[in-house]
Amino acid sequence: MAPRSLFDKVWENHQVVPETADHPAVLYIDLHLIHEVTTPQAFDVLRARGLAVRRTDRIFATIDHSTPTGAPGADGSRPYGSDANRHQVEEMEKNCREHGIELHGWDSPLRGIVHVAGPESGRVHPGMTIVCGDSHTATHGAFGALAFGIGTTEVGHVLASQCLLQRRPKRMAVTIDGALAPGVSAKDMILAIIAKTGIHGGVGHVIEYRGEAVRALTMESRMTLCNMSIEAGARAGMVAPDDVTISWLRPHMSDMPEADFKRRAEAWLQLKGDDGAVFEKEVIIDAGAIAPMVTWGTNPGTAIGVDQPVPAADNDDDRQALEYMGIEAGKPLLGLPVKTVFIGSCTNGRLPDLEQVAAVLKGRSVHPGLRMLVVPGSEQTKRDAEAMGLDKIFMEAGAEWREAGCSMCLSMNGDIAPRGEVIVSTSNRNFVGRQGPGARTILASPATAAAAAVTGCVTDPRRLMGDSQ
Amino acid sequence: MTGKTKGFECTRATMVVLTQNNIDTDQIIPARYLTTTVREGMGELLFYDWRRDGEGNLRDDCPLNTPEAARAGVLVAGSNFGCGSSREHAPWALGDFGFKAILSTDFADIFRANCLKNGLLPVAISAEVYECLVANPDARITIDLEKQELRYGNDGMCAFKIDSFSRQCMLEGIDELDFLLSHQDAIDAFEAGQP
Ligand code: SF4
Repeated sequence: MAPRSLFDKVWENHQVVPETADHPAVLYIDLHLIHEVTTPQAFDVLRARGLAVRRTDRIFATIDHSTPTGAPGADGSRPYGSDANRHQVEEMEKNCREHGIELHGWDSPLRGIVHVAGPESGRVHPGMTIVCGDSHTATHGAFGALAFGIGTTEVGHVLASQCLLQRRPKRMAVTIDGALAPGVSAKDMILAIIAKTGIHGGVGHVIEYRGEAVRALTMESRMTLCNMSIEAGARAGMVAPDDVTISWLRPHMSDMPEADFKRRAEAWLQLKGDDGAVFEKEVIIDAGAIAPMVTWGTNPGTAIGVDQPVPAADNDDDRQALEYMGIEAGKPLLGLPVKTVFIGSCTNGRLPDLEQVAAVLKGRSVHPGLRMLVVPGSEQTKRDAEAMGLDKIFMEAGAEWREAGCSMCLSMNGDIAPRGEVIVSTSNRNFVGRQGPGARTILASPATAAAAAVTGCVTDPRRLMGDSQ
Repeated sequence: MTGKTKGFECTRATMVVLTQNNIDTDQIIPARYLTTTVREGMGELLFYDWRRDGEGNLRDDCPLNTPEAARAGVLVAGSNFGCGSSREHAPWALGDFGFKAILSTDFADIFRANCLKNGLLPVAISAEVYECLVANPDARITIDLEKQELRYGNDGMCAFKIDSFSRQCMLEGIDELDFLLSHQDAIDAFEAGQP
């Protein structure tokens, strides 16, 4: 047999019916993640056709996008941003009840952003196929799963049949050799990759991330890396499972007897690409050359080192982007005034991200007049952070410590950045108006965002690291 | 659902041209309108922040706000159209606005798949054809999905390619879910073989 890549193996293990010239493959889906935004119309189709959900046990359901991040009232009521937000969550509750799906709603300790809470539930495993009506489903590829986003019609397909019709994508290898410098994180790594591949470099491909620098990453950092595969145009990103994966999974699967876990772990460790596997596209990056990254434009491909000058605009798109951002070409972003800092999202809303922010904030204050939101990715992350006292560090510094959810990553729950002002955000998209009409987003790592919060301007985080007062 | 797409037709349609590249789904429909739980009426919200000013009034400098745009069947847009989120609200809004087809040099993956499931045809055209359409925004467009042929202006013509299965589904109004469910036995067998 010809050498196969990690992707090839997972794909082939899940073909119910292989593809032909006439029809796509019928691909079996092991785990379906659902949330309130992209499901109501899918449930409507099921209802209209009198169809049942095929495998409620293969669903992880939660609420995250429309949920408010303000504290609940004394009576437990949630301060929804709008009636439409409330209605959407209630629809989700109703649909799950009607179809016998367990919902990790307000009262569940596992509620959270679907791509943060899903892995924490211990149900994301190497070798799985995982889908969700959400483009950042690529996150779960960090475990060596084939995970990708789908539309609402396809959500309906999976609910009804546990399968999807898919054409086989192409393969792309992104190899990151060497080691990251101190103060540089997985977020900087993925922004550097996208800056190199461009935002459609990965279209039609599944990326496999490999190389020394990837092996050295924690599971949370691998999730950050895979999460933004879609920002390079790829639907999925994968990292082959190794000891880091197994050690992370063990405590998250504490219900499983040791012997069973061991058996599965052995199988998972076998799951990797063969030597000589073919990739249609290949990119190589030197980790040591990556600096803390910031974006100057209105798509995630416009990332530069924080000390690098903003490139000259040579086309209308770039000119429009600079105008929207209120940024001048020719000099670095360092020193650009910042009014809002958002820490959170499925890219950087996990515990180690919050720890990095706390390390910068400890003993310092948020710059006067700057609003800083720290939004944990999940209830679990929130509890863990509070157990470590991180919440106190944030609040003492003058930041807001919020309830878990997507929040200002896409600002559909009422958490909105002001028009015309610069926000440094640890999320994944700096599209025009993404964080509020007219808001100007700079994407960055947790450390860089925290540094901006302290100084009130774009700052090289290495200046503030390791020397907190 | 896909039943309504039966018999795809686009004959001598007029077009709206947006020359920006990388138009993302947050532009096509801003996230704050994703709170809807139905599919209908989304045309109103299409390109909301491009079409309306801060007060919500229609802007007269937006090509989508002309009387001609309201009748246009085709949207021509710069490369990498539909990048970003998986929200199917984007093709729902485009279709509800009245577009039958989107012409661009290339599309984001999930967006393209979502279009095909909603009777909205994503047609990938060459850079030359794109330039020609941008230069002749009044040209009429006819799309023959059966032959996979695009005709524009007086004598412009080019071939395009749509996945054979998606094409059949669109032409014959085949529902993809019906097709999937017709493999029930194979799915049962697959599940039975799972550990
Ligand atoms: S955090 Fe942002 S990118 Fe992630 S699922 Fe929520 S809205 Fe989408």
